[in-house]
Amino acid sequence: MKEKEILDSLKKIVTPYTQRKEGLENFNEETDFIKDLEVNSANLVDVILDVEDEFDIEIDNDSMSGMLTVGDARNIIQRKLASA
Amino acid sequence: MKKRVVVTGMGVVAPNAIGLANFEDAICKGESGISFQDELEKLKFSCQIAGKPEVSDEKIAEYFTPLELRGLNSSGIVYGVIAGTDAWKDAGLEIENNEEPDWDSGIIFGTGILGVDKFREAIHLIDAGKTRRLGSTSVMQTMASGISAYLGGKLGCGNQVTTNSSACTTGTEAVLMGFERIATGKAKRILVGSCSDSGPYVWGGFDAMRILPSKYNADPSKASRPMSESATGFVPGSGAGALVLEDYESAKARGAKIYAEVLGGAVNSGGQRGGGSMTAANSKAVIKCIEYAIQFSRVSAEEIDVINGHLTATTKDALEIENWKKALRSKDFPYINSLKGMTGHCLAASGSIECVASVLQIDKNFIFGNINCEDLNPEISNLVSEEKIPRKTIEKQITILAKASFGFGDVNAVVIFKKI
Repeated sequence: MKEKEILDSLKKIVTPYTQRKEGLENFNEETDFIKDLEVNSANLVDVILDVEDEFDIEIDNDSMSGMLTVGDARNIIQRKLASA
Repeated sequence: MKKRVVVTGMGVVAPNAIGLANFEDAICKGESGISFQDELEKLKFSCQIAGKPEVSDEKIAEYFTPLELRGLNSSGIVYGVIAGTDAWKDAGLEIENNEEPDWDSGIIFGTGILGVDKFREAIHLIDAGKTRRLGSTSVMQTMASGISAYLGGKLGCGNQVTTNSSACTTGTEAVLMGFERIATGKAKRILVGSCSDSGPYVWGGFDAMRILPSKYNADPSKASRPMSESATGFVPGSGAGALVLEDYESAKARGAKIYAEVLGGAVNSGGQRGGGSMTAANSKAVIKCIEYAIQFSRVSAEEIDVINGHLTATTKDALEIENWKKALRSKDFPYINSLKGMTGHCLAASGSIECVASVLQIDKNFIFGNINCEDLNPEISNLVSEEKIPRKTIEKQITILAKASFGFGDVNAVVIFKKI
């Protein structure tokens, strides 16, 4: 899957949880889920579940804790897709 | 000094109507909200009817953000948030998105059991070894205080935000808890109320106890028959009622509409002694509760114009009236009615929905008619003159109304409202 497709999917997934909508305007690999988008920390687990459903992968707890930015998420998704 | 407490806003999600104006219309006309439930038939319930509010998805979307709607599966929270938000707006209060909470406003909103369907969803995932698939929403939708927490966040309340639970007494008890907090000057206003989930997992236990009517599945609107000779059990219901209680001075200062004054009341328990049990009331405690409510409110029994009873449509209705008669000791028994003929027994929500109905009667000068008791129980007509049990709504100015709720666990609450 192309990187852009992954980023587009991620943006779609994270949009309903985003409290700071300006953060979506400049959505890129550096975007931090909590700092830039103000996703409620409790909702991060919901984002993970939506990512799992979208890409048909499973994200273990260790990978999850390293998922702070959009770039981190993309890396994890690519890794999981490659090993699937 | 003790503060006076008044009702300045109300909201309701009842089986026979949603919203205050619709509810007033429905109770005046004697409209039943009891309907056949396919789900209960499929699950082989004996009683396949219930009083379940019909809330559309469009209506729900007016009260919840798209994010809150994701994975929302708690009917009690839906009913409670709608009723509570409506009451707040009806009181003319703003919902501000400011940094500081409103330290003077609190919430006491009770429930029996919350988010049962959500809990079931969670149990299935956990049993399948998929706990991590629960996501973030199961805790707030299944904790008892989920309802007060939801409302607290939506309204930005910074005073006490809590949930009480005392079975069918819950809503009426919440009114008295809010009353006390305002009367003692600890809060300026408290949103009080209660809610109850819909569905087989809440109602099943009562069906198993065989205390629900099973012979009215083909005729749902006739099934809930408080004070009738043919009453054979209560019809389960659900919903929510909410009232904004406010310090009289504060209500006056902001020019709020005042529906009625809460003079006070009493809560007690029969201790499951002396004829009381987990499921039956100790009559002595019921009588004491009524007497103490009257005494505390500084009214006399003769001044009570109307009683809105607990009156669930079981064989115990006659005993409740006998207890009222003993407690009031007055020559003339007041008018008495029961909302449950129209709504069924909304369990933890019943007290608050019925308090809303009670206050509406005071505000709009009427006594709603009791439906389904054309065949008044002779044990009741021996105690009380038939004209005091109106079968049709009558226009009447009410000064003092006593509202009672009695619950499982042998717990009682009586609140006294006054026209102002």
